[in-house]
Amino acid sequence: MAQNVQTSTGSPLTGLPPALAKRKRPWTWERAYPILTILPSFIAIAVFVYGFIAWTGWISLTHWNSLVPNMSFAGLKNYAMLFGEYRFQADLRNLLFFTILFIFLCLVIGLLLAILVDRKIRAEGLFRNIFIFPMALSFIVTGVVWQWLLSPRSGINLILKAFGWNPSQLPGWYTSTKIIPSIHWGQIQFGIPVALIAVVIAAVWQMSGFAMALYLAGLRAIPEEIHEAARVDGASEWKAFWKVTFPQLRPMTATTIIILAHISMKIFDLIYAMTGPGAAFVTDMPSLNMFNTTFQGNHYAEGAAIAIFMLIALAIVIVPYLISSLRKEGD
Amino acid sequence: MALRTINRTILYLLLIVFALAYLVPVYVVIVTSLKGNAEIDLAHMWWLPKHLDFSSYAEAFNKLAPNLGNSFYLAIPGTIISALLGSLNGYALSKWKFRGANVIFPLILFGMFIPYQSVLIPVIQFMTDIGLYNTIPGLILIHVIYGLPICTLIFRNFYAGIPTDLIEAATIDGTGYWGIYRRIILPLSISGFVVVGIWQFTSIWNEFLFAVSMTQPPNQPVMVALQNLSGSQIVQWNVQMAGAFIAALPTLLVYVLLSRYFVRGLLAGSVKG
Repeated sequence: MAQNVQTSTGSPLTGLPPALAKRKRPWTWERAYPILTILPSFIAIAVFVYGFIAWTGWISLTHWNSLVPNMSFAGLKNYAMLFGEYRFQADLRNLLFFTILFIFLCLVIGLLLAILVDRKIRAEGLFRNIFIFPMALSFIVTGVVWQWLLSPRSGINLILKAFGWNPSQLPGWYTSTKIIPSIHWGQIQFGIPVALIAVVIAAVWQMSGFAMALYLAGLRAIPEEIHEAARVDGASEWKAFWKVTFPQLRPMTATTIIILAHISMKIFDLIYAMTGPGAAFVTDMPSLNMFNTTFQGNHYAEGAAIAIFMLIALAIVIVPYLISSLRKEGD
Repeated sequence: MALRTINRTILYLLLIVFALAYLVPVYVVIVTSLKGNAEIDLAHMWWLPKHLDFSSYAEAFNKLAPNLGNSFYLAIPGTIISALLGSLNGYALSKWKFRGANVIFPLILFGMFIPYQSVLIPVIQFMTDIGLYNTIPGLILIHVIYGLPICTLIFRNFYAGIPTDLIEAATIDGTGYWGIYRRIILPLSISGFVVVGIWQFTSIWNEFLFAVSMTQPPNQPVMVALQNLSGSQIVQWNVQMAGAFIAALPTLLVYVLLSRYFVRGLLAGSVKG
């Protein structure tokens, strides 16, 4: 977490006054105020998060697959149908490869930038701001701009051509339907769709600064003495990095992976703006599938099933992370 | 010493190459948006405009102006209400440990990680029932509620840094719960409000899923309108780039002026590290 928010009291999330907490006092209105302060927000979350999730879960178990609500119980029929569908299988493939490529590239570029920026350089603030500014943009803006930049007969391809790339073999980017290596699996071709790489590039441009910011915070949190000790031991710069600095960054890497994974699993606007589902669903995602199935196809129950699938996948990543970070602060 | 000079040169070269790469989209947006319709040509994307033509800005602004208005009407009240609630919640959770707080806080926090698709159908049903579907106040309500977790988290962390002694001393002086909030906590909260304000303003301004599923044409925020610009039959790249620039300008300005606080919000979103 941000050390700027953190203080000498230790964990960023605590700082609770134990003296106030443990002292036995008679009941007064004063003691009810904190609870009364939280109560409206808690009720709102209880209804709009948990209540609505439960309602979506219930919808996913019904026959409501037309404009007219039909709440008769269907069991797991919608889920079973989903996993057999071409589009959803393509979603799973795309989500898998998008997440892997996106996280890997953000981590590598983010770490590299953090190391470069951390070398006591001039105009550090300027460089940092250039790497982070895409985070202030909307995914819609990013999508619109990169659609132009990766336009097959323009943009990046003009540069590739200038560098001698065979003009007849330029990548089609988001218009491509190619899948590498294309292994038959279920109903779909398994592999990395070229069109998805275009989306990954745009997403990495926008989010790698975030990984840099986290790594930079991590690097700055490493005590100077550790570096000193390595230097005294005569370790080369490179060796000192791998043996001393890198292990110290492991918790920050874990945090970054989880946050990025959670962003990639929810990604919607960027794809909506840049490509949509794509030909043969090469850039489709569960988030987009849910939106189309529910609001354009009026298959509410099936859309709800996709939403619940997304939620469960996310919870598997996020819940252990939340529990461990809140437990750590309790120490 | 010579080796050091070479190393430093390589370092700066790398930094400059990366910085230029990150700025490529900015260059393309600016040069494309300043070209007239006649000059837009796939083969000459990288060329500077022969003469400056602001007509695409005029056209994009004409199309987006009402939606820009909607976005301000949405993001400003949404940000203020979120920040106030976050501050109150953060105060109660960080300075007054009460029974159940250890359960309530994680339950609230989980709300910021959910995919909003998992609440979207009920949200639309509910908003239709209470007559707020396709209205900006309806969207404000949604953003305030789903913004509660992050705003509460940031303020809770922020207030954890305020020394407990201050609170204890005030309690001994007989200052009550609200008195402490008004006289001690609130005056120390300014940078907390800046962090949360920037975060919420940026998120609400940039948000798309709720905006596109809850509003119809005259009531759409700017991001939905920008997306619709590109949905038209003939793609006018200059108008689209001008539109993208206009739609991004408010959050970019906030970022340029207050980047330090923006990064703090960014890091706070990761819970810990």
